[in-house]
Amino acid sequence: MTTTTMTPAAPMAPLPVRKRTRTPGEVTAGMVKMALLVFFAAVILMPVYVLVITSIKSAAEYGAATAWSLPQAPTLAGWAAAWEALAPALLRSVILAVVAAAVSSMLGSMNGFVFAKWKFPGADIIFTMFLFGMFIPYQAVMIPLQALMINMNNTAPFLAGIPTLIIAHTIYGIPICTLIFRNYYATAVPSEILEAARVDGANMWRIYRSIVLPVSAPAFVVTLIWQFTSAWNDFLFALFLTNRNTGPVTYALMELASAQNPDYARTMAGVLIASLPTLVVYIVLGKYFISGLMSGSVK
Amino acid sequence: MGRVKNWWTGLLMVSPSILLVIVFVYGLIGQNVATSLEAAKTRSGRVLAEGGLANYVELLTWDRYQHALWNLLILTLVFVGGTMFFGLLWALLLEKGVPGEGFFRSVYLFPMAVSFIASGVVWRWLLDPGMGEQAIGLNKLFLMMGMPALQSTWWSSAGKFNMAAMAIPAIWQLAGYVMALFLAGFRGISEDQREAARVDGATEFQLYRHVLFPQLSPIALSALIIVGHMSMKTFDLIYAIAGQNSYVSEVPATLMWVQLFSLNNPVQAAANATILLAVIAVAVVPYLIYTNRTERAGR
Repeated sequence: MTTTTMTPAAPMAPLPVRKRTRTPGEVTAGMVKMALLVFFAAVILMPVYVLVITSIKSAAEYGAATAWSLPQAPTLAGWAAAWEALAPALLRSVILAVVAAAVSSMLGSMNGFVFAKWKFPGADIIFTMFLFGMFIPYQAVMIPLQALMINMNNTAPFLAGIPTLIIAHTIYGIPICTLIFRNYYATAVPSEILEAARVDGANMWRIYRSIVLPVSAPAFVVTLIWQFTSAWNDFLFALFLTNRNTGPVTYALMELASAQNPDYARTMAGVLIASLPTLVVYIVLGKYFISGLMSGSVK
Repeated sequence: MGRVKNWWTGLLMVSPSILLVIVFVYGLIGQNVATSLEAAKTRSGRVLAEGGLANYVELLTWDRYQHALWNLLILTLVFVGGTMFFGLLWALLLEKGVPGEGFFRSVYLFPMAVSFIASGVVWRWLLDPGMGEQAIGLNKLFLMMGMPALQSTWWSSAGKFNMAAMAIPAIWQLAGYVMALFLAGFRGISEDQREAARVDGATEFQLYRHVLFPQLSPIALSALIIVGHMSMKTFDLIYAIAGQNSYVSEVPATLMWVQLFSLNNPVQAAANATILLAVIAVAVVPYLIYTNRTERAGR
């Protein structure tokens, strides 16, 4: 710490410090701070403004002159067209994201329990190997994965499209789900309780099911949200493993946006529709969303 | 609790996941590396790849690949620098608590919940290169604000640093994430330490410089690794903004797609992906080992 001489702490009386009146300097600083915060918030929200106003414009108002203006004759035609174009893919994305999130969370819970509380020899090394799987660029597995999946779809055509994507997202979601559950169990489940159950003769499966699983809800919320969001937002796997008829909503949105003679209202409405589910999750369950984010930092 | 007596039941429980990770992460990586070392010819007999390490020499000396690497370097420097700068700035503005903190936090973080495809569609419009009469997007906004000098061709010029513009939407999307990490870091430092420093006569600047920032360095490292590795993988965003065949905004991840499907050269695409993996591994593996060690020391 610094070695500046201690200034005699003026009159000791007015504590707590927080209640004292603020000096003019501090008031100005507070105002500057607030102005900056508002400015940055406006910058961040600017694309949202563009999306919303453009999505309710008619073609006559896309032009350069009125690019940033509010629509004179708002219409929902863009929304209707976007809905029509995206609805089948939206349904596919819902199935994909829900199933992939559920399965990888379940696997993550079982793995996390073992890596935190029921270690086998070499468990830490295996766990680190799992973690690395979180960081790999999927490009590095994509060529053989695509070949493998095409093979699989040839022998089992009913797995083509969304089931294939479910398999991919589930598998590549195992590392992060395992990490989240392991960290959760390491602190939330006291080893003494498990020890006691073991002394009473409960086997591992019983301990997991009756003691660990019932207290796992907080971690499940985190992994479910995280996996739902990543599966929903993914494009790379979708591009390599599906096509325009079987792909999720990101694929369909890309198709919509790359159409010749872009219909801006339809495209921008499509962006809003395709983003709404994850945004709702974020707004309603933001707290858990953030803990998922944090766990990405391994700590 | 550490290791238990009947550890094999734990091993049994994680064995499906271990198998999946070994096959789909490490097995497919191995297969990709094997592909990258193959020899390949076109149907007409032209040699695409000589085989062995010559494939890598070939790729690394290809001017198109070097151009993509340069683009990636610029993108990564601006992307990482920008997210760290704004993330830290926003965390500093918020960390002492301001009115409406929850609102600002949510606004800064919300782009994280949106897919790169969705945001890419909007940013393609915002970063439209049209100027003057043709201007839409940001260029039009600058004109309206009376700052025509700020107009730019953004990413679509052939300039050496055009990829800095591609970093803007990436920063928009992820700066809030870095903010959340730093904010959690600030909140994790006990109020006593600040009080102690103030009592010792430290100025606010000294307090941050000598007391708070040193404790945030593990978080800064995490943020650096996470954003850095995301930048290396950037594909969706460029695909959505620039289209699938844009030379000027090409990075290795998008070039791989071109090699695979336009140039029909999976061998070189595999070599490209392997290098991407190697670059990320060089940064991530030491980081994982380091985190693993500090975690064990903390136990």
